[in-house]
This record gives sequence, structure tokens and C-alpha cells, in this order.
Amino acid sequence: MVTPGADGRFGEFGGRFVPETLVPACQELEEAFHDAWNDPSFRDELNQVLREYAGRPSMLTECYNLSEQLGIRLILKREDLNHTGSHKINNVIGQTLLAKRMGKKRIVAETGAGQHGVASATAAALMGLECKVYMGAVDVARQELNVFRMRLLGSDVEAVTSGSQTLKDAVNEAMRDWVATVESTHYCLGSVMGPHPYPYMVRQFHRVIGDEAFTQCNDLLGTHPDFVVACVGGGSNAMGIFSGFVDTPARLIGVEPAGGAAVNRGQPGVVHGMKSYLMQDEYGQVQEAHSISAGLDYPGVGPEHSYLASIGRAEYPTVTDDEVIEAFQVMSRTEGIIPALECAHAMAWIIREAPSMKGKTVLMNLSGRGDKDVGQMMNILGGLK
Amino acid sequence: MSGRLQNALEARISAGGKCLVPYITGGYPGWEDAVRACAANGADAIEIGLPFSDPVMDGPIIQEASQVALDAGATPVSILHGVRTLDVGIPLAVMCYYNTVFHAGHERFAADLVAAGVSAAIIPDLPLEESGEWTAAADAAGVETVMLAAPTAPDDRLPRVTARARGFVYSVGLLGVTGERSSLAGTATALAARVKKVTTMPVLVGVGVSNADQAVEASKVADGVIMGASVVRRMIEGGADAVGAYVAEVRAALDSEKW
Repeated sequence: MVTPGADGRFGEFGGRFVPETLVPACQELEEAFHDAWNDPSFRDELNQVLREYAGRPSMLTECYNLSEQLGIRLILKREDLNHTGSHKINNVIGQTLLAKRMGKKRIVAETGAGQHGVASATAAALMGLECKVYMGAVDVARQELNVFRMRLLGSDVEAVTSGSQTLKDAVNEAMRDWVATVESTHYCLGSVMGPHPYPYMVRQFHRVIGDEAFTQCNDLLGTHPDFVVACVGGGSNAMGIFSGFVDTPARLIGVEPAGGAAVNRGQPGVVHGMKSYLMQDEYGQVQEAHSISAGLDYPGVGPEHSYLASIGRAEYPTVTDDEVIEAFQVMSRTEGIIPALECAHAMAWIIREAPSMKGKTVLMNLSGRGDKDVGQMMNILGGLK
Repeated sequence: MSGRLQNALEARISAGGKCLVPYITGGYPGWEDAVRACAANGADAIEIGLPFSDPVMDGPIIQEASQVALDAGATPVSILHGVRTLDVGIPLAVMCYYNTVFHAGHERFAADLVAAGVSAAIIPDLPLEESGEWTAAADAAGVETVMLAAPTAPDDRLPRVTARARGFVYSVGLLGVTGERSSLAGTATALAARVKKVTTMPVLVGVGVSNADQAVEASKVADGVIMGASVVRRMIEGGADAVGAYVAEVRAALDSEKW
């Protein structure tokens, strides 16, 4: 595992490309995180909240039916069973505890599908922090239940109408808020992206996924799995589970949506405070991502993924929306588990590639549950007979 | 050692005046005439924005102008091509986000600016620690890199920022993004005073300087002002004539004071 130095780099990627106003805040956060992470009392408190409130450790589930159909041994890491229904809670509990330790009274967050927004609103309610969530207007429309959830939890949700009105524009607006409110406010960034120390810090808060899974796989299999598969938008759930296996021989697979494939179709670029692979045009204008899943509708990717791709340690294949819709249904019918559309990307890749993985053990991070997506899928599928 | 931009500003200051640097979004319909109107009505230099898809330092007015320009097909190449033919007789600076520079390549972008007759660059998402590759290329090409000083900077940071600045030091007027405000933030003059203590370079206040009165107020401490959103709004609402009248009004206000 790479621990970035003062320059915040993973290889050539990462860094801290932010307005001068935010530089001292990023430095302060870096120092505060370092102190907290090395403070046993902070770690004890974090672990206690993760255990008592979020429901950790999350279990492994053997998918007997799909394993038989696909000719592989498929195991799920059940982050969908965490409180709020996804892995996002790991990071927000860490960041809100840190925000309180830093004396901040307010957090801002961006959200795509709404999972990070709901998790942030939840943790803010728990910790007594004021919370404002920025969400692209397109996403507000397709994830209205999550918008209501956030409001129910006491957060203010603002629909962002600039640019593509999706996740990248929500990040822009959250950063603009933070530039204006930096003295009282912590930016609770939702993925392994943004300026240093966020990519590193968010990975550390999510590595509990990989650390647990490593031990659980050892207990179950006596070894590591052959493949570790996760979906990648910004890439937080993937970095979380990869963390447990990057130092093993397991093949690491980060599945990108075909319409938001920063690693596959991007070039190195700089946006949202980081240097990373980025979908952009010939003049460096950031392109809009198009994916069925709001959570993966992001034209960039966390810098550590760019690094792992550049050194060949992880692979980043793509799947199409049609493959995702199919996988969403297959998983629901065959295992009785409705996955988040994001995770259905990982499932779609496994289904497609299963013939070349016969007899292998495949660990998939089921990073979120699909309840939030059933309305959208009902519209797409037209109701089922 | 000082470049064309710094020389022009210092000439104004040593003549007992205050500097006025308006901002125009490049590529917005009629932007070239707006730039000429600024030059003809008393600007000391002009900042030309290269629109970017994700302008995190900009508020609604400049975002809107940028989006209109992008929708009209503006690119860094087309704007710099337009700049080349402006011939306004005062120094020009580009304001652009770092990916525009990074994507073009540092040396190539610096050369493109020189070829277009641009004296300086302002890159608001390129802080000191990340600026080395660009400033090496810019220094070699003779492009002045304006550095931003922010109200959040601790005292030990300001001298390091100003030491790297060329042209002038951009003293950020408030905590927040570009846009018009009803009054000048207290941070504007407070920071300008702190910056003036640690540099002999011209110190101009920008972000949130929204009318002639506020320009005068900021200039009581600073060497002048950058005015963005209030200029761009006039370009959107009234074109080059409105821009020219506004720049003349601010110029007159600045010139009517005994400094």
C-alpha cells in the first residue's frame, strides 16, 4: 500500500490542486487526520461507532446458486447490510468524528446516487453537526427517495443546476461552498478523490472493508481469493476492498461503466483538486459521464486507482448499461439480493467473464443495496409480469 | 527583471494612481469589443478568462458567461487567436484553470501565450506547492505568473507566495468565489495590508470588488483592483458599451481620490 508523502502523490497522481484559500484547510486536515489516526482513543471511538451504529463487521455471503450457474465460487462482502445501506457510512463516521475533533460545526457533502449524502446526513444527525448536501438536479430527479431521506434526517439538500447537473457539478458546488465557509465547515468528501489528504484519508476509513475481508477469506478459504471485484466511479468501495488484498497475489478488478470510464477512456488531467485519469476533450474540458448509475456518473477517478492502473496492479474493464440491467435482475432472482446499480456493474463483469474463471474464487464487494434503484428500474423494465 | 505587466502597473502607481484591471470572459459573444472598451476607458491591464468546464473559483455570473462561451464553441486556441489581433496597447493576462495548461503542456501553453501577445497568467487552482513545473516554463518563456494570496494564509505563508509572484500579487478579497457583493468584505483590506507588508510588488484586490466605491475603498490599502463579475454582468446585459461606461466610471472614481 502506498502512503503518500507531503506532496500527496501516488506515483505521478494525486496532489493538491486547490484554490489558495483552501490550501491551509487541506494542510490542517492532513495534520488532524494524521494525529487522529495515530491516536488510540480516536481509533477506539471510531471502531465503537462502526460496531454499534453501522453494524460492522459486515459478513461474507457465499452465493451458492450463482456459483453453480457460473462455475466459479462467488463470495460477497456485504457492505449493503451496513446502516444506511452502503459502504459510505465507514468514511462519513470517520470524517464526522474528525470534524468534531477539529471543532467544526458544519459539514458539506456532494452526492451522486445519494448514498454518500444519506450517510453524511445520518452521521451529521448522530454527531450533532449541521449538514448541507449538494446533488446534481438530474440526480435529484432520479433519486428522489434519497433526497427525502436526507431532508428527513435534518439536512439541507440543494439541487445543482450548473454543467451536467450530476456528480461532478455537485463536487464543484460543494467546493465553492467550502471556499466561502472553510473556517467553520468541514468538506465531507465522499470518495477517494479530491485534494490531498482526501484520497488517502478516505481510503484509510474504508480499508476496514478489505482488512475484514482478508481475515474472513483466510478463515473461510484458508487463503486469499483469486479475484477481488468492485465497481469504480470515484472508487471508494474498490479502494476499501483492494486495500486488504493489494499485497496478495489476488487479481484486483475495478469495473467502470462504459460511459464513465476514466481509466479506460481518460488521460491524465487535473480537476477537483487531483491529478488523475480524466475524461476530457482535446482542450482539457472535462467531459460529461453517462451511466445508468448516478453513483458512477463521474468523469474522473481517484488517483490511487490511476496509480494502480499505471503500474498494472489493478485492471479496469468496462461494462455496458445493458449488461448492468441484466446483472441487476440475475442477482435479484438467483440470490434474492437486490444490488445497488453500482454493484451490478461488478456483477455484470463477473457474469460476462465467468467462463474464463472456471473453478476460481471470486470476492465481490457488494457495496450497496438496490432499494434506492427499484423506482428507476421499474421505469426501465416497465414493471415485470 | 520585471515584465510588461508589472512595469505597466508600477508606472501607474509611481504616477500616484491606482491600478484597474477588468476581467472579460474570452469567447463570450462580443468579448473582443468588450476588451477594447476596457482598454479605451482607462484599464491598466486586462484579464481574459479562458472558460473551463468546471470553474470552482467562480460564482454564477462568470459561470454563466463561461458556459455561454463554451456553448458558442470557444476554445483556448480560438480565444488566443482572437487575442493576437486585439492590439489594445496594454498588457493582457489570461485567467485559466490548471487543466487547460496541463493538457496543452506547460512549455507549449507558455509559448502559445507569448505568440498571442499575452504577458501573464493567473491560474487560481494552482497553489504554490504545485506550481513548479508551470512557473519554470513560464519564467523561461517570459510569461509573468500572478500568484494569489488568500485570507486564510498564515503569516509565514504569505512571503513564500509573494516571492513566487510575477506581475502583481492577487490579494483575494474574501472567503468565497467570484461575484458581486453589496459591500466590500473586511477581509479585503485586512489581507491587502498584510500582503503589502511582505512584498514590494503591486498588490491588487480581486474577488468581491463590485463597484466604484468598493474599488476606491480597497485601493486605500492596495495598489488597485481586479474587477470581474461586475464587468462581466455588464457585458452580458449591455455589451461593450456598458463595459466601457463602467470601466470609465471606476477609473474616474479612482482618479478623483488623492492617494
